[in-house]
Amino acid sequence: MRVRSGRRTGRGPRGPAWEHFPHGADIGVRGRGATMAEAFEQVALAMSAIVSDPGTVGHAERVDLSVASADAEILLVKWLNAIIYEMAVRSMVFSRFEVRIEDGRLEGSAWGEPVDVARHQPAVELKGATLTALSVAEPPGEGWLAQCVVDV
Amino acid sequence: MDIGQLVKIGDFEWRIEPRGAMRVPAVIYADEALVSDMDDKVFEQATNVATLPGIVRASYAMPDAHWGYGFPIGGVAAFDPAEDGIVSAGGVGFDISCGVRTMVTNVAAADIRARQRELADTLFARIPAGVGSKSDISLTDADMDAMLDGGAEWAVARGWGEPADLDRIEEHGRMAGGDPARISARARKRQRREMGTLGSGNHYLEVQEVGEIFDRAAADRFGLTPGRIVVTIHCGSRGLGHQVGTEYMTEMAVAAPGQGICLPDRELACVRIASPIGQRYLGAMWSAINCALANREIIGHFTREVFAGLFPGARLDLLYDVSHNTCKVERHRSDGTERELFVHRKGATRAFGPGHPELPRGLADIGQPVLIGGSMGAGSFVLAGSRTSEERAFSSACHGAGRRMSRHKAGRLWKGRQVADELAERGIIVRSPSSRGIAEEAPGAYKDVRAVVDATEMAGLARKVAHLAPLVCIKG
Repeated sequence: MRVRSGRRTGRGPRGPAWEHFPHGADIGVRGRGATMAEAFEQVALAMSAIVSDPGTVGHAERVDLSVASADAEILLVKWLNAIIYEMAVRSMVFSRFEVRIEDGRLEGSAWGEPVDVARHQPAVELKGATLTALSVAEPPGEGWLAQCVVDV
Repeated sequence: MDIGQLVKIGDFEWRIEPRGAMRVPAVIYADEALVSDMDDKVFEQATNVATLPGIVRASYAMPDAHWGYGFPIGGVAAFDPAEDGIVSAGGVGFDISCGVRTMVTNVAAADIRARQRELADTLFARIPAGVGSKSDISLTDADMDAMLDGGAEWAVARGWGEPADLDRIEEHGRMAGGDPARISARARKRQRREMGTLGSGNHYLEVQEVGEIFDRAAADRFGLTPGRIVVTIHCGSRGLGHQVGTEYMTEMAVAAPGQGICLPDRELACVRIASPIGQRYLGAMWSAINCALANREIIGHFTREVFAGLFPGARLDLLYDVSHNTCKVERHRSDGTERELFVHRKGATRAFGPGHPELPRGLADIGQPVLIGGSMGAGSFVLAGSRTSEERAFSSACHGAGRRMSRHKAGRLWKGRQVADELAERGIIVRSPSSRGIAEEAPGAYKDVRAVVDATEMAGLARKVAHLAPLVCIKG
């Protein structure tokens, strides 16, 4: 079987929308978007890509998630950890996300399919999104950026 | 790391004197080459830990230290509850009680080589490993509570393991103080089909040949004979531990300011030991330790079954089972008094020296076995706790080679098939469901474990006993 190399960035219309950044033992995930919600969608995609190339994952099944925090950084960590939980208990990988954020409440959806080891070639399990390199920010002229390190 | 920032105390000891908000110094145990090679984050995180309330003596970094979560991986720090000390979920980690067990056998390496592929294939089929892998063991609610309270004792009582194993596991196989009621429904659900699974990433089961002996007396007592086989298992508390770490890390980050704890970085999320959330976390974390102890006991049992089928008459006796992501209550001397301290070891191994009262009778005069994983290429080491380890770092030692490059970079430098083929040429068979996982775990991605264990010995933390060379590596 051909080995697929893992994708490390995903391009959006204005440049990389998601990317990985190095962290010794584990992996940093970063998402950019015009809105905070869009950045959260992209960082979720970056996290999913740690496990499997999103291009290999279908999106027939939908899982709805809901988390809340008045603190945007904690909201990000909760969002990513909610996805990790669903991946673990459903044995699924995801390739598409939609997020709506209002008054500290995030309503999201994740689309994916059950893990197929041969097709998805999952590299590692995700243990949890950490508080390391954690940031949700709106750098001037750059839209929104969301990132953290994920323990694998 | 710029070594000029440190005060050299000895060839294997470096200090960062207290400055700013640091309450104690930070101490790094390593030789100059290892220190220079450490990332700058080790400096930052070791000094950040030194600012936390109730810290005693120093914030320590082991020779394999690297960038972690608040605490450096390879970090050791002890806190006194009588001084409003803290407990930190980041100082324990997500993979609570990730650890290593080594089982010594009466099987010769030559016998393994004669059936090496068959053994690799049988172990790979028997031990669930990798993303999405599930165990045949499914726990009811009552089972789960019993496991979270009983740890390896529970596993043995259920027929997964031998009673003699318990004497050779930290806490005699059962972490006291676990409170199953503090384990959430989500954590239980994540664990329901994961008992007896290996996980992925840097987790492994290895069949190893005992090679070079460094301490003959200790090797004899440990049952390590050159040319004989041992089996080593590295994994932790699986989904349950990860969920406990996830839940409490976030909760602590939110709660810390309200407890008057000023965090230099919120990744240091921690709370006062005596606070309700601190007590809830300890109950949950100690239950998660039991989950890890039970998990390794079950995988050890599966391994025994495989060996029994392929090598009639084979015996696998547990040498020891160590954990390296924990916070435990231990009595230590500091400033002339003995006190009860909450000792965090994040990617560091407990290393009780000879004479410690908690050691099993058969090992008391030798010291605690310390099991150090290297890489698939460099092999692993067995060490023994030194008499000086207590005063050096609260009886702690390194836990492994430590990564020298990110997974990102390793995945770009190597392909899994290439790594597996190169190891096969050296007589090492790797089995993993993940080719990318093998690449990220390539031997070149890890520091030189020999340098790490040499520095560990020279720093007075633990002494070398034997080298173990891999023949079969099962990875997730």
